[in-house]
Amino acid sequence: MALARRGGIGRYYDVNGWLFVAPALGLIGLFMVYPIFWSLWMSFQAGRGMMMKFAGFANIIRLWNDPVFIKALTNTMTYFIVQVPIMIMLALILASILNNPRLVGRAFFRTAIFLPCVTSLVAYAVLFKGMFALDGIVNSTLQALGIIASPIPWQTHPFWAKALVIIAITWRWTGYNMIFYLAALQNIDRSIYEVARIDGVPAWARFTHITIPLLKPVILFTTVISTIGTLQLFDEVYNLTEGKGGPSNATLTLSLYIYNLTFRFMPNFGYAATVSYVIVVFVAILAFLQFFLARERDK
Amino acid sequence: MRASPANIASAVLTYGFVGLMAFLSVFPFIWMALGATNSSIDIIKGKLAPGEALATNIANFFTLVNVPLVFWNSAKVTIFATVLTLAVSSLAGYGFEIFRSRHRERLYRAMLLTLMIPFAALMIPLFIMMGKMGLINTHIAVVLPTIGSAFIVFYFRQSTKAFPSELRDAAKVDGLKEWQIFFYIYVPVMRSTYAAAFIIVFMTAWNNYLWPLIVLQSNETKTITLVISSLASAYYPDYGVVMVGTILATLPTLAVFFFMQRQFVQGMLGSIK
Repeated sequence: MALARRGGIGRYYDVNGWLFVAPALGLIGLFMVYPIFWSLWMSFQAGRGMMMKFAGFANIIRLWNDPVFIKALTNTMTYFIVQVPIMIMLALILASILNNPRLVGRAFFRTAIFLPCVTSLVAYAVLFKGMFALDGIVNSTLQALGIIASPIPWQTHPFWAKALVIIAITWRWTGYNMIFYLAALQNIDRSIYEVARIDGVPAWARFTHITIPLLKPVILFTTVISTIGTLQLFDEVYNLTEGKGGPSNATLTLSLYIYNLTFRFMPNFGYAATVSYVIVVFVAILAFLQFFLARERDK
Repeated sequence: MRASPANIASAVLTYGFVGLMAFLSVFPFIWMALGATNSSIDIIKGKLAPGEALATNIANFFTLVNVPLVFWNSAKVTIFATVLTLAVSSLAGYGFEIFRSRHRERLYRAMLLTLMIPFAALMIPLFIMMGKMGLINTHIAVVLPTIGSAFIVFYFRQSTKAFPSELRDAAKVDGLKEWQIFFYIYVPVMRSTYAAAFIIVFMTAWNNYLWPLIVLQSNETKTITLVISSLASAYYPDYGVVMVGTILATLPTLAVFFFMQRQFVQGMLGSIK
């Protein structure tokens, strides 16, 4: 074993071990750890472009008086609170249906529902923009079916623009979450379901009393992943609403606001860094909650 | 199962539900394919039949976009990101398993913590860093920050636990050095792990949008996702042309997915075990 002895005090250094992990740790350190501290330092500075000077808590105070920030924060939270539960429920129901080996054509259904994951965020956002145009196919279909009387202004009405973003992300990510549940379901002994079925437990009760409790760790995992994803939402909103954040900022997200502050408006790196730290804080809180819940479960 | 009315009703409900979901999932793809054959006006009207404008749309797309260049840009970025990420991450994944330092788990946990860092909090420092290194508008700047991926290292380490240690011991007895064990034994044995990681990294790199949008500013360096996005955000977008573009942008990942579907699903499963 390639252990090098140093200093003669009996301490061993694993040269190979270090060499194997060094490139990855070096890159992560340089492009993730170092920038995250840099942006923390930046968030205490103010100024235009590269002319920055220490500003204490001025940026943080500015947050509370910035209606655009409040709007972006509210929108991001709305997406998170509305979209994540819808998607997780949908993915769970689909996974438990498609886990049934008696279902005819389940390979086809799985592939079909998973397919959206393969597209790029930009390509599907562009497709959705066309489909949900005022005179687009969705409105004309809904009108032909008699569900709506007049076309829905999906891209110009604050409420519908948000709904469109939610529909779009749900379309893209439900299959992705479903795969995780299918994987976890395969580790569950199918005889549990058979016994329950023979005992006359109805499908819905099997779902709520067997599937959900057994999948709890995976549900937590996907919830955290989706939460982080939603907090970082950018591509869809940027491409569905022409980069502006929708009618009067109705779809603006925190990430898009940071982008605007940095690259669209007069660059204000310090304030943009402060806004980005709001996301860091939220991710940290939610991650902590997840660990907390996981610990509670182990008790 | 007996064909009681209740069973029939539940079957209709089940198949109706998954059928509808499958249809909704696939429909945008169908719409995209049909759209490529229709004129912009027909697409907006919601025409759902093949048209005759395919040749025109393709021709217009090729006039508007320097297709070989844009594809080459995307391919370059994707290939470099994929090869380098797999190399660096598999080394680390293997390294963390053979590591004999008492700092190992601490380092590993610290690395996993970086999974929590949102990209929005990194993009300004990264942009300034790239500026200082004179890399703005280069593909190096696109690839560089994506190579060190804690997620792929995690994935390789999880999979390395299944790598038989007998193989390693036997190789050591034969006098192979650690790097030889890695190249001659580990890499070939872990083929399927590499395949799954390949798909994940390939798709991420090909579809990457926000970071390239920031660093690639000239038309000569832009990747296909950036070009599609700018075509679609024109004041009067030609949807026929946009459809041709989205198809071309989606084809590589669709092809990778269909050719390597089994590994892809296994890769996703492997990451949560």
